[in-house]
Amino acid sequence: MLLPVVPEGVVWAILLLPVASLLIIGFVTKPYPRLSGYVTIAAIGTAFLLSLWVLDSIIESDGHRLAFSSYEWVKVHTDNPVLQRLGGQSLEVRLALNIDGLSAVMLVVVTSVSLLVQVYSQGYMEHDGGYSRYFAWMSLFTAAMLGLLLFDSILMIYVFWELVGLGSYLLIGFWFHKPSAADAAKKAFLTTRLGDIGFLLAILLVWTKAGTFDIPVLQEMAHSGALSDTVITLFALGLFAGAVGKSAQFPLHVWLPDAMEGPTPVSALIHAATMVAAGVYLVARMFPVFQASDVAMTTVAYIGGFTAIFAASMGIVMTDIKRVLAYSTISQLGYMMLALGAGGYVAAIFHLFTHAYFKAMLFLGSGSVNHATGTFDMRKMGGLRRSMPITWATFLIGSLSLAGVFPLAGFWSKDEILGTVWHDDKLLFFVAMAVVFMTAFYSFRAVFMTFEGEYRGGEAPEHGNAHHGTPHESPWVMAAPLLVLAVPAALAGFTNVPNDSLQALGHLLHGSLPEESAHALHHAGFNAVIAAASTALALAGIALAWAIYVRRVVPADDLQRTFGPVHTLVARKYYMDELYEDVVVRRGLYAFATRAGQWFDTNVVDGAVNGAGALTRRAGDTLRWVQSGSVQAYGTVGFAGLVIASLLMLLLVER
Amino acid sequence: MSSVVLASVSLENVLVIGALLFSIGLYVSLSKRNAVGILMGVELMLNAVNVTFLAFSRYVESPRPLDGQVFAMFVIAIAAAEAAVALALAVAVYRHRETVNIDEIDLLRW
Repeated sequence: MLLPVVPEGVVWAILLLPVASLLIIGFVTKPYPRLSGYVTIAAIGTAFLLSLWVLDSIIESDGHRLAFSSYEWVKVHTDNPVLQRLGGQSLEVRLALNIDGLSAVMLVVVTSVSLLVQVYSQGYMEHDGGYSRYFAWMSLFTAAMLGLLLFDSILMIYVFWELVGLGSYLLIGFWFHKPSAADAAKKAFLTTRLGDIGFLLAILLVWTKAGTFDIPVLQEMAHSGALSDTVITLFALGLFAGAVGKSAQFPLHVWLPDAMEGPTPVSALIHAATMVAAGVYLVARMFPVFQASDVAMTTVAYIGGFTAIFAASMGIVMTDIKRVLAYSTISQLGYMMLALGAGGYVAAIFHLFTHAYFKAMLFLGSGSVNHATGTFDMRKMGGLRRSMPITWATFLIGSLSLAGVFPLAGFWSKDEILGTVWHDDKLLFFVAMAVVFMTAFYSFRAVFMTFEGEYRGGEAPEHGNAHHGTPHESPWVMAAPLLVLAVPAALAGFTNVPNDSLQALGHLLHGSLPEESAHALHHAGFNAVIAAASTALALAGIALAWAIYVRRVVPADDLQRTFGPVHTLVARKYYMDELYEDVVVRRGLYAFATRAGQWFDTNVVDGAVNGAGALTRRAGDTLRWVQSGSVQAYGTVGFAGLVIASLLMLLLVER
Repeated sequence: MSSVVLASVSLENVLVIGALLFSIGLYVSLSKRNAVGILMGVELMLNAVNVTFLAFSRYVESPRPLDGQVFAMFVIAIAAAEAAVALALAVAVYRHRETVNIDEIDLLRW
């Protein structure tokens, strides 16, 4: 409104600034850790300001896609007739920046959270030996995440999708000397790769059927019926498989809790606010394709709904504050998927938007607590409210927002999801309501166990700080980002207040869909009954947590004993890890695959090699007598050959 | 006088003689174990070819009637050179190994 329409170079700069930061750290400032941190902050800070400019232009264009020039990226022309007969098409991939309401909102989320996390990391990683490396990988991750949002080619999304996975791998395994961190990094990478296979197959399928990677064209085709229903459904399910991996949906959710082995700011940025939201973004970006397939929509809704309640149940029993937040993240991502599956395109992205802020803040808060007490185990915390007022206040705001208490951000987005689901599927609606209760319970269980009661010890901190005798508030460089994040965590909901003529966010997001898709969305207006019910449930959850963990009406230990087997089942994460590790990996893959591999190696590979050797040797033995070395014998055979040839000439050649 | 002889001796007769000589020479050179014997077989084959050359030269009309005879002269000259070299080799081998049996001269065989 105030600025001219954003030029193309500025959008490229948003992507290239973190790349430049990575290169500068790698080649220049690696020996000067402080400087590396400042370089990253400067790059991402600038990218954030430029993203605001982009957002401004998008508001001007009502969320519609900005016109940028399109480049020829790959061109392979097949003249070869053999290839053409085999069905080879000439490959031409064009590439353009794709800036619309959806990507502009995401750009602002990614750059703003990333900026605050980098500032926070200055304090959190202060004494870490790998300080420069940390900021280099953070820059890499941010660049990849921005690249994921910027282009209109699904192939390009895939490229950055994998780069984001790489950044996540490097940062989870940042303390790679710890075996648990190295294992968690591998687990995260392999588990998400499993989903990415589906994504890749979907891309290949759509290339053979539609011959394009262009997202707007694909969206158009999904609506015009240019692709058959089966193709659309398979395409959508393949994309969703990729999203299930990245967004840690059941059954590929197992990597996210383990990813908490990484430094806490990493968890805040990657495993709460941005990368895990990439799956939701992908489904939202390809939303018209999903709309065209009822099967895909139902799958998305049910997987999302199940993940939401499944993960929430585990969040209730975890004693590690970061794991509580991790399961909460999985659960909230399930919520977003549920919203998408129910047709709530705006509701899902709205929730993604608010969730990014309050969950990043909660993670940073848990890091701040860890900084003070040296542990993530809530059983060793308690009473921190007095010594860490800023952390307490922000954590409380985040938790209230997560629980969905009026008028904080989470209330508005959660309510929009509930309203949408109510219209789509009653069963899933009650699941979602149950999750509201559980969310409120586990988030306030964490608040009360951490900040109320008496201080219960602590431990040597994870990154080798000197031991702190008594917990104390974190330095300003860590507290300030918490305070800044508290603002959107509390107020982001007002960007999309229902029944408001503004509906700013929804308006922008609608603009990024093709006309037909936008019309097909049903608008769930504000439903006061649902809102009241969900708030009541949230307050009930908070009250229950208060009763158990503050007033100790029923001590938690007693409850745990009463529900012994159930508690064990949930605390062991429904034995999913054991199932995957022992049954699938060890018995299935190792036992079967290694045996099959060994059989193949000994019989086929060795057989081929040895067989070739034996054949040569036997042929040599057989033919050796021919080479007697006797010239007379050679002469005799030669003469005999001549005779035979002559006879044949006489007999066969007609004169 | 020559025409009388020619009348009773046809081209085929001479060629048969040549073929017989060649076959005998071939048999000798393939079957003998004595190196000198083999060389004698080779001489027989060379002379059988000479007979054939001369026969064709004499019996077949040609714009260049002397070609066959010139070839025969070449063969004789080369056969002489060959015999000289080969017999010298045979003598040299005999001095070393006290034998000219080719089955025993097998140094190059593995």
